[in-house]
Amino acid sequence: MLRLPTFDYYRPTSLAEAARLIAGQSPDQVRLVAGGTDLWPNLKRRHQKAEAVVSLAGVPDLRGVTCRPDGSLKIGALTPLSELAAHPELGARLPALVVALGSISSPVLRNQGTLGGNLCLDTRCTYYNQSEEWRRAISYCMKAEGEVCWVAPGSPRCWAVSSSDAAPMLSALGARVRLVCHEGERWLPLPELYQDDGMAYLTKRPDEILTEIELPAEAASARSAFWKLRRRGSIDFAVLSVAASLWLDGEGRVERARVYLGAVASFPAPAKATMEALEGRKLDEETVKAAAELARRDATPMDNTDFQPAWRGAMVARYVEAALRDCAGLPRQRLEPRLGQA
Amino acid sequence: MQPLEKPEHDAPAEGEERPLNLIGKAFRRVDGRAKVTGQTRYADDLSFPRMVHLKLLRSTVPHAEILEIDASAALALPGVLAVATGEDFPVPFGILPVSEDEHALCRGKVRFVGDPVAAVAALTEDQAAEAALAVRVQYRPLSTIASLEEALATPEPQIHDYADSGNLHKQVSMCFGDVAAGFEEAELVLEDTFFYSGNTHLPLEQHASVAVPEDDDRLTLYSSTQTPHYLHRALAKVLGLPGSRIRVVGTPNGGGFGGKSDPFQHEIVAAWLALKLGRPVKICLSREEVFACHRGRHPVLMQLRTGFRRDGGITAQHLKTALDGGAYGSYGVASTYYTGALQTVTYPLPRYWFEGARVFTNKAPCGPKRGHGTPQPRFGFEVQLDKAAVALGLNPADLRLANLAEPGSVTANWLQLGTIGLGRCIEAVVAGSGYRERWGKMPAGRGLGLACGAYLCGAGLPIYWNHMPQSGVLVKLDRSGGVAVYCGQSEIGQGSDSVLAAIVAEVLGVGLGDIRLCVADTDLTPVDLGSYSSRVTLMMGNAAREAAERARELLAQAVSAMLEVPLERLAFAEGRVFDVAGSEPGLSFAEAVIAAEARFGTLATTGSYVPPRAPGKYRGAGVGPSPTYSYSAAVIEVEVDPATGLYRVEQVWLAHDIGRAINPALVLGQVEGGVYMGLGEAMMEDSAYRRLPKRLSDALVHKFPSLLEYKSPTFLDMPEVTTYLIEEPDPRGPFGAKEVGQGPLLPIPPALANAVFDAVGVRIDQVPIEPQMIVKALEARAAGKEARFGPRAFPSIDFGETLSVPTREEGGDGRAINDFSRGKSSRRATSGTMKTREEVLGEKKLEALTTR
Repeated sequence: MLRLPTFDYYRPTSLAEAARLIAGQSPDQVRLVAGGTDLWPNLKRRHQKAEAVVSLAGVPDLRGVTCRPDGSLKIGALTPLSELAAHPELGARLPALVVALGSISSPVLRNQGTLGGNLCLDTRCTYYNQSEEWRRAISYCMKAEGEVCWVAPGSPRCWAVSSSDAAPMLSALGARVRLVCHEGERWLPLPELYQDDGMAYLTKRPDEILTEIELPAEAASARSAFWKLRRRGSIDFAVLSVAASLWLDGEGRVERARVYLGAVASFPAPAKATMEALEGRKLDEETVKAAAELARRDATPMDNTDFQPAWRGAMVARYVEAALRDCAGLPRQRLEPRLGQA
Repeated sequence: MQPLEKPEHDAPAEGEERPLNLIGKAFRRVDGRAKVTGQTRYADDLSFPRMVHLKLLRSTVPHAEILEIDASAALALPGVLAVATGEDFPVPFGILPVSEDEHALCRGKVRFVGDPVAAVAALTEDQAAEAALAVRVQYRPLSTIASLEEALATPEPQIHDYADSGNLHKQVSMCFGDVAAGFEEAELVLEDTFFYSGNTHLPLEQHASVAVPEDDDRLTLYSSTQTPHYLHRALAKVLGLPGSRIRVVGTPNGGGFGGKSDPFQHEIVAAWLALKLGRPVKICLSREEVFACHRGRHPVLMQLRTGFRRDGGITAQHLKTALDGGAYGSYGVASTYYTGALQTVTYPLPRYWFEGARVFTNKAPCGPKRGHGTPQPRFGFEVQLDKAAVALGLNPADLRLANLAEPGSVTANWLQLGTIGLGRCIEAVVAGSGYRERWGKMPAGRGLGLACGAYLCGAGLPIYWNHMPQSGVLVKLDRSGGVAVYCGQSEIGQGSDSVLAAIVAEVLGVGLGDIRLCVADTDLTPVDLGSYSSRVTLMMGNAAREAAERARELLAQAVSAMLEVPLERLAFAEGRVFDVAGSEPGLSFAEAVIAAEARFGTLATTGSYVPPRAPGKYRGAGVGPSPTYSYSAAVIEVEVDPATGLYRVEQVWLAHDIGRAINPALVLGQVEGGVYMGLGEAMMEDSAYRRLPKRLSDALVHKFPSLLEYKSPTFLDMPEVTTYLIEEPDPRGPFGAKEVGQGPLLPIPPALANAVFDAVGVRIDQVPIEPQMIVKALEARAAGKEARFGPRAFPSIDFGETLSVPTREEGGDGRAINDFSRGKSSRRATSGTMKTREEVLGEKKLEALTTR
């Protein structure tokens, strides 16, 4: 079977100690691990390397959901996905978020995987998430040890895909995240955590630890929806996800729209044209259809996930439409896969 | 010694039939508790003192000469004990005697990414893995072949120099009867091109083996294999040891599906290193290596031309198949024949021309997977029947019911059919699904599809040529009342252990708990050829029944004498032997054994099974014959979203002609497993390969050799399955039983394609059916083009000279009238097929009895 390489393992018992351990280190020297559902397979396949791994499991106060009196929410980065997907108050306030988190991977991996881990999920690519031997057979790729991005050999950049389901949904809901390092801490609006580069997909520095996620009170007043396209009803990563949050004024007009696309770029891609087409308009069937048709231009599906890229591209408008119809309270039209229970 | 001359396995005649105590009732499988509690010791659970670990280094280039292997860095690493290369393995092997084209480690050349090049033994698995990565290999690349079309266009360089022509491994052309006349009679002729993509077995258990050197230059190999006997022969050949020094123990398999039917490199290398090091050597393959072993479903491009009468009856068929075989022979020659052999057993096909070809490509070798070579043409046939029904204005169920093969008849290609429960199967699924009332009348996006299938109950001929039994069973009775049963068969999850125990327990009237099994051990058990071709229940079952009946006869004689009760009045049931006409309790089974052992001495009996002779005598007639055939019919209900092409299988109704269910619970499990696997192939599974841009790279790799990205359905994707068991006992099966391991897969892919047509009115002539194919077909229809997605054309292929075999109706005798290869082999009759056992025994030549 595939074996883990040897590395030093640290289990600090405070956030300060954890931050100190990773200060000044590069990712190939030291890596953080929370649930390990992303890191361990990556290390086994050797496309990520580590001389040392620092576990956050012993750090207190990184778990759980706090509902503040002002209506805002705080979620510890180490909270298991299954706990969040079954959280009654979260479910009541933010049902679309619970749908998104409950759709991640499989029940077993949601028990182990954490929200912070999903937000920092390494970008994925069928040329990259492969064993050492397989990658030798293609002379490696740009993202790990090689020169070329085989997805687009003429391109100077890496096209690995952002496959997090939490990222687009929390972005749409207006979340921000707290990053802690040895020297101090900072808060970032979640969309600013990401950039459109398959390799440097996070703006988080290697010595920073994502400790908590904060959702504003207004998140609960949005009409939100999450739709996910993948081959099977469980286990699979999305090949397209759509997270939409719409705030309406008293007359049913869209005051503010946030629509993010997952798995069709190296970051959670804002569907800019769609958002513009929604804002200021009445949320009816016509608006929904017109806005959805514009979404394709903000997606760049490439041949590095399951399914044909052209078809995935064609599905963007369909899935954005499905999500917006949910927000508008229109009846569902799309065939829904059988989904597992969280 | 008991004579072999006892082919009478027919069920007792009317009136003589004994009531059944166990068979036909659902009982817990005999290995069930051990499996669910973790007590079963699979190969990877085995551990021995001083055991070391083996890792194979596999080729990272698709086609190349090996220039140099430098293992110095690997040998210098801690814990490394030995490195082996192709230099150490001069003797080739391969499952079929006609294609022994593999070496335990590559010699001179590699043929696909994954071909084993070197082996490292080390103290720990980690050390072996690190050391294997440190072996450096220099290659000189050769041009690569990625597809059927490339293989046809690229005769040089040859991947193997023994191919029939260029990179055409095998060419077959056989014409049964006057096909041209048949097409002239036809009132409707359909010609379609179909494609069935390749896919793999995906057993949960990855292959594992442990080789243990024993005293006195003996070796034991424990291995997850479906065919311990064939592995035993391959080991003896490659290691150059007498078979009497080698013991192969087949461990319980965590799934096989055909993927553990070949002798594999890792098994041979582990055995060789164990002998060299004098220490046990273990290997468990990674999932990626299982994808490299493969031997999975051949991708097959097909052209099917069929003539129909107005009532749907078939006047003639011409089938061309082209198989992408991958880098080695494996079972490929048999697979090629199988893409044609079973077209004739479901509906009368009076004249039939089959042409098949298999090519070599630089990909993992294909071989036998559940249904071996037959799901591909079955897909084409059943979809074309659906098209014919629509064209003729008939209900597809009625078209089939009006044209069922005759039980006991001989087909155009000279197969002897047994009982046929197909009509009842169709009626069952049609009634259950409401097909007659609902087909063609469902709301847009909803559809029903019907299809049928048939499969062997054991291949009529063994893989190497011999006149010995295909299965043997030894029954030993103990004074305690225990019964030990010995048989070479392999439990691969299908329930063969339970079938073996149940048949012996039934005949002797004891409980399953009184039976002890010893299976799949070449030192201890009589030969059974293995778990392939759905042969075990029928062949082992008949052998077990014969052995048990012989034991029963000895017990009955002793008890009859002791109790002074006539033999025919003795019953064996509930662990007792007693007079059915009296009220006395008789003897306990243990007392009966004591009485018989005192009278006859130590009690052990054997049974064996030789399949009946098939009527075909032409070259190639060896593939297709079976003692009898199983039949299945399925209806699938599907919901299709025309805007996305996404679809969901809502329900499956499947009826299977089981002859008689030995254990209905296990039969249901096999049916549902077959439906599941069939849906995987129909909906998503695809052994896709990736080639990088040629100007930048020679790479040619399996696209996603992992359980995550090679898509196979999950529980959530599995619809409800309603199963109907059609029991029409076949006298050639034990207690009338037929196979169930493979048949129920066959109707699933065509039933899905037919259901998609009913739902949205477009034909998808290939599997897996991807959503974008449905979208493209709908777009084509909207643009006024053919409402279809599928391959456009069949390439021009030289299938070689056509063998002409008149049918029985035309006065033929089962031979070809134009075979000029006659007399080439002394072991073969002039027609090229095996002589009968009687003929060979008359010759009194040992070499005529078996291939060595």
